Amino acid sequence: MRSVKTLLASAAMAVGFAGAAAAEDPTKVGFIFVGPVGDGGWTYEHNQGRLAVEEAFGDKVETVFQESVPEGADAERAITQMALSGADLIFTTSFGYMDPTLAVAAKFPNVKFEHATGYKQADNVSVYSARFYEGRAVQGHIAGKMTESNIIGYIASFPIPEVIRGINSAYIHAKKVNPDVQFKIIWAYTWFDPAKEADAAKALIEQGADVILQHTDSTAPQAAAQEAGNVITFGQASDMSEYGPKPRVSSIIDDWAPYYIARTQAVMDGTWESVSTWDGIGAGMVGIGDISDAVPADVKAEAEALRDALSSGEYHAFTGPIMKQDGSAWLADGETADDGTLAGMGFYVEGIEGDIPQ
Amino acid sequence: MNLDQINPILLIASLMVAATPILLAAIGEAVVEKAGVLNLGVEGMMITGAVVGFAIGVNSGSPVLGFVAAAIAGAALSMLFGFLVLYLLSNQVATGLGLTLFGLGLSSLIGKPYEGMKVPTLAKWDIPLLSDIPVLGPILFNHDPMVYVSLGLVAVVWYVQKSTRAGLILRAVGENHDAAHALGYKVIRVRLMAIAFGGACAGLGGAYVSLVRVPQWVEGMTAGAGWIALAIVVFASWRPWRVLLGAYLFGGITVLQLNLQAAGVAIPVEYLSMSPYIITILVLVVISTRGKHGAPGSLGRIFHASH
Repeated sequence: MRSVKTLLASAAMAVGFAGAAAAEDPTKVGFIFVGPVGDGGWTYEHNQGRLAVEEAFGDKVETVFQESVPEGADAERAITQMALSGADLIFTTSFGYMDPTLAVAAKFPNVKFEHATGYKQADNVSVYSARFYEGRAVQGHIAGKMTESNIIGYIASFPIPEVIRGINSAYIHAKKVNPDVQFKIIWAYTWFDPAKEADAAKALIEQGADVILQHTDSTAPQAAAQEAGNVITFGQASDMSEYGPKPRVSSIIDDWAPYYIARTQAVMDGTWESVSTWDGIGAGMVGIGDISDAVPADVKAEAEALRDALSSGEYHAFTGPIMKQDGSAWLADGETADDGTLAGMGFYVEGIEGDIPQ
Repeated sequence: MNLDQINPILLIASLMVAATPILLAAIGEAVVEKAGVLNLGVEGMMITGAVVGFAIGVNSGSPVLGFVAAAIAGAALSMLFGFLVLYLLSNQVATGLGLTLFGLGLSSLIGKPYEGMKVPTLAKWDIPLLSDIPVLGPILFNHDPMVYVSLGLVAVVWYVQKSTRAGLILRAVGENHDAAHALGYKVIRVRLMAIAFGGACAGLGGAYVSLVRVPQWVEGMTAGAGWIALAIVVFASWRPWRVLLGAYLFGGITVLQLNLQAAGVAIPVEYLSMSPYIITILVLVVISTRGKHGAPGSLGRIFHASH
């Protein structure tokens, strides 16, 4: 064990020296992906960001990536390997890479790390995420207006704050325009499993849902909704416009390219610092995909107004009065949620049925 | 929580659809293992079948052609395994694992241009009269043809193994390849045919995922179904009807778990998800305490005519 540590330490030093000695070398940027780059959703968009970095810097940058890296012990191995191979900056793009990223970062002080959607920072680990819940608010509004059965199906992935925030935000805004609305939530316990996602969508549709929201990465729920007929969906992470104008009526698009380019530039300039970034529609990290003609014009106009209000900051997606599921008070009238509470959100708001799995 | 939101008829019908890919792959693997060969490459052959079936389905516009191509592709890939294992006498476990990795890589290479495309899917057979029977009609007589093909395959495999000379030879080769060889049976030829059949079935199972169940091509879309198929073969003690039972049990729990969640039942998801695996382990424990494993005697052993 000791020899392994020594080996790693000397390798890290070697990497550091090499970096210092040959400043002319291209900056090497690594990416760790949770799914395949062809998933059509989450990982696809991160890979688009990677390609944008290549385009922006040309020969001055070299990118490497590893796809379908399981969250957990395997991730640590993959990240270590990437650091050993001489990467200067490594983006680890899934929540489950949080602890592995920190563990590897501690061994490679000269390598910069960027962890997506997590909350643990270190001197050489930044965290970044997007305020997807702003997009969920727009989805919730359209869903609440469009549902006829008043049942909205939600395919959730893992019970982590990011996913719970999305459910709450969508529910609050659906309920606002449709007091009878009910959410049925399925926890798929996967980010990417097309067959399971399709089954989940079918189960929800069989139980009466005519709107499907998804927080998983593949387009399988879109296909299931299309087959079922009178069901609408929203693109997740990526536009998924090939399923428009129906079932896909709009989408949340993650745009990582500007952030990836800026952080790569910072490493090149030597100005990189550990930061925590959490940008929304306003900063362009979250985009709302084109709202299709399947949505009535007045609903579309309302949704766009909501998007613009969220973008300019004049409206916050979590604005009181909001109660927690157990009936206790959370936000008073007009009060908005602080980032700390949102980042660690582990409760449903009032009206959602069921429990968050522990 | 509201259990009456779950429609048992729809539940059973979707259970059959969810189980079909695993059933196809498992019945093929059961035959391969009955011949004494352990092919761990099921996942690789499934995903290759999925991508080839999808590609041909898109290009020809015919899902039936897609299925045929998927079966051929699965069989072709399995021949690679057969050649390595039977002629070059390589280790079956290592070769099978290699086949899975190869299949996963190959499929994403072939599949790149097909991402995000749509494919014509198999229409459901609405069998007249029969599908109008209350309860049984929607459960049994309102599926796409592949569901019936998979059930038919189980019946054929059962009949051939139990009641025909060919089946007897297959089992002899699997139980004791030296004895079968001494009797003059072509051990390698029989095994090659069994491996090809297994590959074709796995290919069909994969194509069912990409052409009917999802239906689209996404990298890595079989997501471990091949491994579940391998577990089911053991669970079933290598018997065809038990393979059917195992596959429907797995499929059933998958679908039931999602339905229970949607209905808001407060059973932790983890318990439901792990239940099929727990049952498999329990069955294995029961089988081994009885001292009868049911595993073919020559399973996984290398055959060379000189021994």
